[in-house]
Amino acid sequence: MSDAIKGLLHVAGRMLGALLITCVLAGAAAAQQPPIKIGMSMPQTGTLGGGGQAALLALRIWVEDVNNKGGLLGRKIDFIVYDDQTNPALTPGIYTKLLDVDKVDLIIAPYGTVPTAPIMPLVKQRGLLLMGNFSFQVNRTVKHDMWFNNSPWNDAASWSDGFFEAGQKLGAKTIAFLAADQEFAQNLVNGARELAHKAGLTTVYNQNYPPTTVDFSSMIRAVRAAKPDLVFVMSYPNDSVAIVRAVNEIGVGDSVKLFGGGMVGLQFTPNMVSLGKSLNGIVNYNSYVPGMKYPGIEEFLARYAKRAAEAKVDPLGFYLPPFNYAIGQMLEQAITATKSLDHKVLADYLRKNEMKTIVGPIRFRADGEWATPRVVQAQFRGVVDKNLDQFRKPGKQVVLYPEPYKTGDVIAPFEKARK
Amino acid sequence: MFSLDLLRDAIVFGLLVGCFYAAVSIGLSVAFGLLDVPHIAHPAFLVLGSYCTYVLNQHGWDPIVAGIVLMPAFLLLGMMVYRFYYETFEKRGTEAGVRGLAFFFGVVFIIEVGLVLVFGVDQRLVEADYIGTSLTLGDMRLPLRLIVAFAVALVLTIGLSLYLSKTFTGRAIKAVAQDEAALRLMGANPVRIKQWAFGIATAVTALAGALLIIVGPVEPTMDRVYIGRTFCVVVLAGLGSMSGTLVAGLILGVSESIVLTLLGASWAPAVAFGLLLIMLGIRPQGLFGR
Repeated sequence: MSDAIKGLLHVAGRMLGALLITCVLAGAAAAQQPPIKIGMSMPQTGTLGGGGQAALLALRIWVEDVNNKGGLLGRKIDFIVYDDQTNPALTPGIYTKLLDVDKVDLIIAPYGTVPTAPIMPLVKQRGLLLMGNFSFQVNRTVKHDMWFNNSPWNDAASWSDGFFEAGQKLGAKTIAFLAADQEFAQNLVNGARELAHKAGLTTVYNQNYPPTTVDFSSMIRAVRAAKPDLVFVMSYPNDSVAIVRAVNEIGVGDSVKLFGGGMVGLQFTPNMVSLGKSLNGIVNYNSYVPGMKYPGIEEFLARYAKRAAEAKVDPLGFYLPPFNYAIGQMLEQAITATKSLDHKVLADYLRKNEMKTIVGPIRFRADGEWATPRVVQAQFRGVVDKNLDQFRKPGKQVVLYPEPYKTGDVIAPFEKARK
Repeated sequence: MFSLDLLRDAIVFGLLVGCFYAAVSIGLSVAFGLLDVPHIAHPAFLVLGSYCTYVLNQHGWDPIVAGIVLMPAFLLLGMMVYRFYYETFEKRGTEAGVRGLAFFFGVVFIIEVGLVLVFGVDQRLVEADYIGTSLTLGDMRLPLRLIVAFAVALVLTIGLSLYLSKTFTGRAIKAVAQDEAALRLMGANPVRIKQWAFGIATAVTALAGALLIIVGPVEPTMDRVYIGRTFCVVVLAGLGSMSGTLVAGLILGVSESIVLTLLGASWAPAVAFGLLLIMLGIRPQGLFGR
């Protein structure tokens, strides 16, 4: 071998070695990239605990999906979650810890209006992007321009329109309101009262009740005495179950054409199974019911159902889990497109672009709520006791509103629909 | 909107709910009222009783029968808890009260977290023929579950009252509340009597817990809803008075119901503490306290 060839081989060997070392170092550097920390509090106990745990499972599935694909921007996701016990007094402290001690890169709001409302001033003051999680109008007065809610509503009308529209078609003239005395229900009832006023409905009963109410028999008796055409209820899970029970026992009277509206908790599978046929006739809001078609949602729900059985959480997970997975998808889309974790850059992307999610395409208004709401008003029908599987298929919750998803007309009066 | 019908209904519902309040408070009346134990875990034991009832109900047991069957197990549990509390806190001196509070806080968290781990956070309901139906009297419909809870609560309260006043052990429990040293001089062991009494107070929570889950759905942190009400009933009644507990429960139930129906539900929680403040102002020893 000539000296020239030997020299060439020597140089080539050195270059190869250098390349190899560079690759190894680059790989090591990538492997040593700190994870992207995403933090949140989630109600895992207390009245929203059932929904919160199901929602959390969906977010964990998203984190696993992303990490299995190699992470975002070449970095794995580290997901930090604390239980806020559905206690709004705890959430500001938890988020301060997430930001100042855990040093998270991004935050997601806890499920629900009540735990979220107290952290809004904090996120606005610090100029942070906050992905909302089924809150209702928490940004209405704060007006934070980096808030993006995953829930399929925007203002009170978007939530209640379906109920009032069905009521007006039935010729309703009077209405009764029953609302929990807390942030979510009061936001909703104030909007609903305005809608009722615009629709020319006369309010014959108007009751706010404290969240510690033990029994609703007296209130249902008073509703019955007021003889309303419509009964609009805004309640949290514990109250919703107790109210349905009291209605079943006391009855609301023959005058009532529609009952329901904004009852949180009747979307949770364990409650639906427990209440069984007591649910029949109730017209209530929902985010998703079987039969609605979104790309990828059925595949997600099948994966979720397997994990939910192991985790002992809501076995069907129609209400919150797909929308929580969608939070992850929106963050993923924004981070991948902008190649940034800067909150302003991400917020700008979320504001200007349509998000592709398993709950359909989402475009946000300036206030961070959905530009085109998709709140479903559905009537429970033909529900029997102690049967989980009945809720897997379409038909037990007949969609009355919105029009594109409608699967039937309302059955009224309420007492007739209960049979 | 006022009508005599609504007022009548409010009073009837108030009596039913008030008797239930008495039932969930009577164990505390023994533990806190008679034994001077700062038993803030009392509502957590109630919820534990509800969950045990739920488990038996899943196997076809009637909730009331389940509550009665659970009483001996809760008696033993209560005796063990008191023994631990006595050995680690009460025996060691005058600061036992404050440290005891920390102990019972710990018990609350253990029960809550234990229930979450075993049952999850979803609400639990029981089934029985008298749940979900009502008794019609004229134009009034009374939920049968409240009537059953009323009857059982009445029997429980009267039974415990008779036990404490008519039996030897019952009178010993009252004696230990009045003068522990004198009881010791009589040759009785006050610690054993207090242990037995705490056991009874806990046994009562098994049945009261069954009533709790009959009246409404239960979740692991439900105890927090009842802590204020139960202490209010016991103090309003006069510490250690069983008949006073019944009367205080009824007063609270009827007042809440009338306020809720005629003035607005938002004012109902203020009733308990408003009544308590008035009582402490004009009769600090409570309705039947000495």
